[in-house]
Amino acid sequence: MSSLFGGNSASASPPPADVTARKEAVMTQIRNELALASAQELINKTNDKCFAKCVTKPSTALSGSEETCLARCLDRYMEAFNIVSRTYTSRLARERLENPTNAL
Amino acid sequence: QKELQTFLDREQAQARVQQSIHNLTSMCWDKCITSTPSTRFSRGEEGCLANCVERFLDTSLFIVNKIQEQRGQ
Repeated sequence: MSSLFGGNSASASPPPADVTARKEAVMTQIRNELALASAQELINKTNDKCFAKCVTKPSTALSGSEETCLARCLDRYMEAFNIVSRTYTSRLARERLENPTNAL
Repeated sequence: QKELQTFLDREQAQARVQQSIHNLTSMCWDKCITSTPSTRFSRGEEGCLANCVERFLDTSLFIVNKIQEQRGQ
């Protein structure tokens, strides 16, 4: 945006399109990598928990009942993750509203 | 650029929240889901998971406050 007196103020002119595009690309990549890391962690934890619950005496192959148990456990763990996630974020939001000085 | 720094700070804060949720899910699963998983949670199991999260946060606040008390603040 030029001033009345003919000069341009550098802070008011928009950045060139390719700089903006590159910035967006970097931000998208970071977001994707963080999401991937989170998904990886969830899969690892599900593996640990469900192996512990369902495969109590490892034999030479997974039995049918073990596989059924694992499938159910997978669903339940994902559901547990969602319940915890919902409860945690709404509690954090509530705390910030009611007690902004708290350590949470 | 400053915009990237703000973005990074926000994403890092969000990543920390995600990590807390992962840890809490693991802890509360161990505490609440004691039997073989079935096709849905019982009402008790669902309630236990939600309670577990709330009580953990209560514990967190309690401990911080106690420590501040002891330090005379």
